[in-house]
Amino acid sequence: MIELQHITRRFQVGDQTVTGLDNVSLQIRPGEYISVMGPSGSGKSTLLNILGLLDPPDSGKYFLNDQDTGALNERELAALRQQSIGFIFQAYHLIPRLTARENIELPLVLSGMPSAERKTRSDAIIEQMGLADRAHHLPNQLSGGQRQRVAIGRAIITEPVLLLADEPTGNLDSHSGQEVVKVLESLNASGLTLLVVTHDTDMGARAHRRLRMLDGAISEDIRSAHARA
Amino acid sequence: MRARDYIGFAGGSLLRQRFRAVMLLAAIAIGVASVTVLTAIGEGARQFVEGEFSFLGKDTVIVLPGRKETTGGLPPLTGSTARDLTLADALYLHSHIRDIEDVAPLVLGSASIRYGNLSRDSMVIGSSHAFFSIRQLGIAQGQALPAGDLEHPLPYAVIGSTLRQALFGNRSAIGERLQVADRRFVIVGELEGSGDSFGMDLSETLIVPVASAQSLFNVNGLFRIIIKVRANADREAVEDAVMTAMTKRHHGKPDITLVTPDAMLATLGDILNVLTLGVAAIAGISLLVAGILVMNVTLINVRQRTQEIGLLKALGASSRTVQVVFLTEAALTAVTGAIIGYGAGYVLVLLACWLWPSIPFQTPLWASLAAIGVALVAGLGFSFWPAWQAGSLAPVDAMRSRQ
Repeated sequence: MIELQHITRRFQVGDQTVTGLDNVSLQIRPGEYISVMGPSGSGKSTLLNILGLLDPPDSGKYFLNDQDTGALNERELAALRQQSIGFIFQAYHLIPRLTARENIELPLVLSGMPSAERKTRSDAIIEQMGLADRAHHLPNQLSGGQRQRVAIGRAIITEPVLLLADEPTGNLDSHSGQEVVKVLESLNASGLTLLVVTHDTDMGARAHRRLRMLDGAISEDIRSAHARA
Repeated sequence: MRARDYIGFAGGSLLRQRFRAVMLLAAIAIGVASVTVLTAIGEGARQFVEGEFSFLGKDTVIVLPGRKETTGGLPPLTGSTARDLTLADALYLHSHIRDIEDVAPLVLGSASIRYGNLSRDSMVIGSSHAFFSIRQLGIAQGQALPAGDLEHPLPYAVIGSTLRQALFGNRSAIGERLQVADRRFVIVGELEGSGDSFGMDLSETLIVPVASAQSLFNVNGLFRIIIKVRANADREAVEDAVMTAMTKRHHGKPDITLVTPDAMLATLGDILNVLTLGVAAIAGISLLVAGILVMNVTLINVRQRTQEIGLLKALGASSRTVQVVFLTEAALTAVTGAIIGYGAGYVLVLLACWLWPSIPFQTPLWASLAAIGVALVAGLGFSFWPAWQAGSLAPVDAMRSRQ
């Protein structure tokens, strides 16, 4: 269970205070497939950063797996992020000097897992992402779709409880984009909670639960009839 | 993160940015190499000077004609006409001061030395039997100058090894006759080894009895008198006695100068200490410069890799992990730089030894350890601040700078 209670986040831009999130409350149940849409500056990214433990709220509480994240110090937050959150970015954010396999294994390297165990896990992920013949390629030797699949592999290798995707198809052509959406949806089908921030209305419409944001607040929260949760 | 993974990750990043890595390596290597080389020079100079004086034991006093004082002022315009030191002075001192074990009077000159149709200009030293024992000169073949009446010129000579090689090749020179200027000498002995000491290469000299040298060069005065004080005798008392006796002999004028190895070593020791300090300062500055370069380059590195830092944090790296990643890069650079610098310094020292074999260049162990230690401290120490900056970047700010 993931729960935001009355979260407010403001930013100081010059001498102006900009509200990122204004008293937002949200419950996310395990296995949900959520899309977040809304104009620029509506608070989508702020929501994503707070859910991803990258940014602390000014006020309000955030429970992740029934744990109050406000009570954790920087190190504990890093550990929780490492165990529980998977990130996918529009620009992939792969490390250019590392091969596909090394990029996928990076979270496990950071957590201190021995290399033999990492290998076992990354073998499975590489197979799952259809990258078996690309494992030793550097990011600049891969297509956009392949890069994003590497990034997805990296996000799920720690078996997180929440997968956060920020415009995952934003840099891709429609074919590659559909491919990536398929991968994400199959992960959700196997039980992984998925939250996607997107401008792409087609993709947004596919989610079982659709949030619309405006001026730092959730203005719409629609569940499809076929949503599992 | 495991130690091996830190090193792998940092190493990969260094290899990726070779120019930056090479710049840092060079800075640290130059620092370490300069410490290695400069201390080797300092140590070489010290050992060279000490070696130069080792032939003069602690029980030696040298008498020079004229009053020489290092008062620091300009020399008097009117040339002080010092009275010559004479052979009689030397003999007088030997016979009248009980604690003097031996005296070696010294006359120096240059003469053309001929053997058959070979000729060579060479230094000729006029001295006595005692000269060989006081300066601890070894005899390779034959014998030293005979002991006996110093005032009686004898046509005997001891030849240095280089000079012998030049005139006789590999043949023995014992018993051969040499023409020195307009006189003839019989070679009675050959000096052992190079005998290079205190600016005078004895291997290229011919040593003849002092009276013979005086008549050869037509001089009365001596270049100096080397006095050997009896073991267990009070050397200062002997110095006083020599000064008193010479003042009396020179009609009340104390116009001689006494030099002892201690006094010379003390003066040179002061100079060498200043030299060592200067060397340490130069080496220190070069390491400081290396340290500041490391800091600047690491700061730039942190700036350029803001996104990577943000990514690492998003993937679950704590501030500390990010700091250690950057410190590991600095440590790898510092260690490699120190090894390269030490190796380069070592080669330069070897080269110096080969070019100037008479000076024992050698980096003292403490300097090697200190150079490597300081390189690590400079490399790592100056990286703490940039690494701390990297670690304390807020992940969301770091991610925001888009590719």
